Amino acid sequence: MRAALFVTCVNDALYPRTGVAVVRLLERLGVDVDFPAAQSCCGQPQYNTGYRYESEPLLRRTARAFAGYPYVVAPSGSCVAMIREHYPRIGARAAAEGRGNELADLAAGLVPRVYELTEFLVDVLGVTDVGAYFPHTVTYHPSCHGLRALGLGDRPRRLLAAVRGLDLIELPGAEECCGFGGTFAVKNPDVSAAMGADKVRAARATGAEVLCGADNSCLAHLDGTLRRAGAPLRTLHIAEILASTDEAATTTEGKHPR
Amino acid sequence: MTATHLGMPAFPAAAREAVRDDVLRANLRRATHTIRDKRARAVSELADWDRLRAAGKAVKDHTLRHLDHYLLRLEAAVTAAGGTVHWAADAAEANRIVTALVLATGEREVVKVKSMATQEIGLNEALEAAGIAAYETDLAELIVQMGHDRPSHILVPAIHLNRAEIREVFRTEMGRWGRPAPDGLGDDPRELAEAARLHLREKFLHAKVAVSGANFMVAETGTMVVFESEGNGRMCLTLPETLISVVGIEKVVPTFRDLEIFLQTLPRSSTAERMNPYTTMWTGLGPSKGADGDGPAAFHLVLLDNGRTDTLADEVGRQALRCIRCSACLNVCPVYERAGGHAYGSVYPGPIGAILSPQLRGTDEEIDASLPYASTLCGACYEVCPVAIDIPEVLLHLRERVAQGGPATREGIRVRIRPARGHTAERAALRAARLLLERPGALRAGERLLSRARRLRPRRLPGPGRAWTDSRELPRPPREPFRDWWARERGGRA
Ligand code: SF4
Repeated sequence: MRAALFVTCVNDALYPRTGVAVVRLLERLGVDVDFPAAQSCCGQPQYNTGYRYESEPLLRRTARAFAGYPYVVAPSGSCVAMIREHYPRIGARAAAEGRGNELADLAAGLVPRVYELTEFLVDVLGVTDVGAYFPHTVTYHPSCHGLRALGLGDRPRRLLAAVRGLDLIELPGAEECCGFGGTFAVKNPDVSAAMGADKVRAARATGAEVLCGADNSCLAHLDGTLRRAGAPLRTLHIAEILASTDEAATTTEGKHPR
Repeated sequence: MTATHLGMPAFPAAAREAVRDDVLRANLRRATHTIRDKRARAVSELADWDRLRAAGKAVKDHTLRHLDHYLLRLEAAVTAAGGTVHWAADAAEANRIVTALVLATGEREVVKVKSMATQEIGLNEALEAAGIAAYETDLAELIVQMGHDRPSHILVPAIHLNRAEIREVFRTEMGRWGRPAPDGLGDDPRELAEAARLHLREKFLHAKVAVSGANFMVAETGTMVVFESEGNGRMCLTLPETLISVVGIEKVVPTFRDLEIFLQTLPRSSTAERMNPYTTMWTGLGPSKGADGDGPAAFHLVLLDNGRTDTLADEVGRQALRCIRCSACLNVCPVYERAGGHAYGSVYPGPIGAILSPQLRGTDEEIDASLPYASTLCGACYEVCPVAIDIPEVLLHLRERVAQGGPATREGIRVRIRPARGHTAERAALRAARLLLERPGALRAGERLLSRARRLRPRRLPGPGRAWTDSRELPRPPREPFRDWWARERGGRA
């Protein structure tokens, strides 16, 4: 099976380990992974801040970069939500503004092939036990776009629960937003920080070693909050846990120090 | 909308104060979480909730599409039942109509049923300017009014206060408005409610004029419907001789049967009750036209537009007019929970306020231009909304209007909104980012630069970056971007 990795701009620039983990994980599960180098950003920062026109060239680029791949997999719920929920809207608005159907067609061609990582694993590959080994206590924060826009449901938790050695602790108030919200984090810094502090307090109270998520932008906000507080809890993308195996767990890479 | 809130600082600045107020944070957290959990339980009892929600949405959408038709039917039905219908294009006109109606009765006091529409137009202030005293009779509104405060929640206007604070308001202020609070008043909720009851009872028995809003108006029969919990509304709606109701035009539903949906969804969404304790319905003056002394002898309905028709003209934004003011979206909103209701600078706080105020009032004021950004787009509001208003979608639509400019309707005229002030730097930054992201070669160079600078790792950034580093560390740049790893490890295949 052939699939293209949409690593997303945040992971490309700041969290390459997540991208590497997705490649190793999918290859281990027999997927032929490709990384089309023409990809960049889905346009979410522009679109969510109110600059729809600025997001259009990025829609075009993303759709073209992944043309021809039967599956496109991204380790980010919010970027997949951007494509699935908003690309068709951007296309429809452009058409309504008399600018033709180009964007609408590009969106329609891309949307059905795009999957968030845990969706791809559970729904397409049909696996929940990916053969991972991660001997740590973990609590999981489901980011809002994955939870509500994509309806990922218990897929991430099922994947984590099947990891050998992993002790999954429920995060109280898990469904509450962490306060990142893209440009919200800097446009409303006080509310964002207050929400982050509450989320971090709940995560620390679980006593887990690792705060796991499926969206590194939310984790950047939580990790930054934790490190400012000098808290020992570390954040980790779910792909990195699922990529861990017996051999890897003992190497430095398996422990994923950041 | 009323001018009372204008000139407010933008949302982020107003929210900063609230976030730092520990008592307020605790009050809000306790109250919103309690009602949030209760709502979830009340809703989960109904197996057909999703269908009720879809039906509520469909009824409202249908009515809004044919609003002119249903409003005329309503007018005819109310008139036939002995009521008088007035049309108010804006707040000033509505206030003028109500003031004149009260003055014509010769009375100088009115009792009020809790109503968002009359707050929206600033009716109490307008009446006061005409020498008419308006007494709020909803317990929480009474607290807010006596405390010279502003409501911070649609349903629980005094949600920002705890019982000790409420006791203080009663002790020091109640006597100035009528029957004083008993000596030695404690802060037990029952004691506080009893003090309010005695105080209000006196008002009900004296009042000759009442002012209300309505939750629904039935076009087919001309019936007005008020949902409430305390019974104070029913007192106001039945005891006085003259009843004046100010109602937004979007509150009409076609038929009596349509109420079946909302009688189920509204109480469960707002107070988490299966049924609200009091549902009062009246049709004009009733069959006896008030002659039997039961109910008011005169009924006036003031239909309020005040920006609603303009909102209706907007294809994306018009869904906000489906709102039945249940306040479920406030109670689940993580931003509302921290920022409190006052930060929204409007009688409509929370997620619904963030999409309603910039439409009803426009986006010229700083506060209104900042409201579409007062959200993380987490979607919790959309999930609970009993009429399925996609609040995040409307927020994004309004962000676009603020940041990029675009078409809108103001006072019936199609206009082009220019991008709001203060977005120049942001626009330039996002444009630059887009240009960079469009060129993977340049992007790669930028990423490498970032990796090379990783040892610098500043703790605090200057300028706008401070908004991040004031409370959080920056992410640590990696040794190499992902695309370099790929080129090195898997390059042969790409
Ligand atoms: S927007 Fe929806 S959830 Fe919010 S108050 Fe209105 S009806 Fe209730």
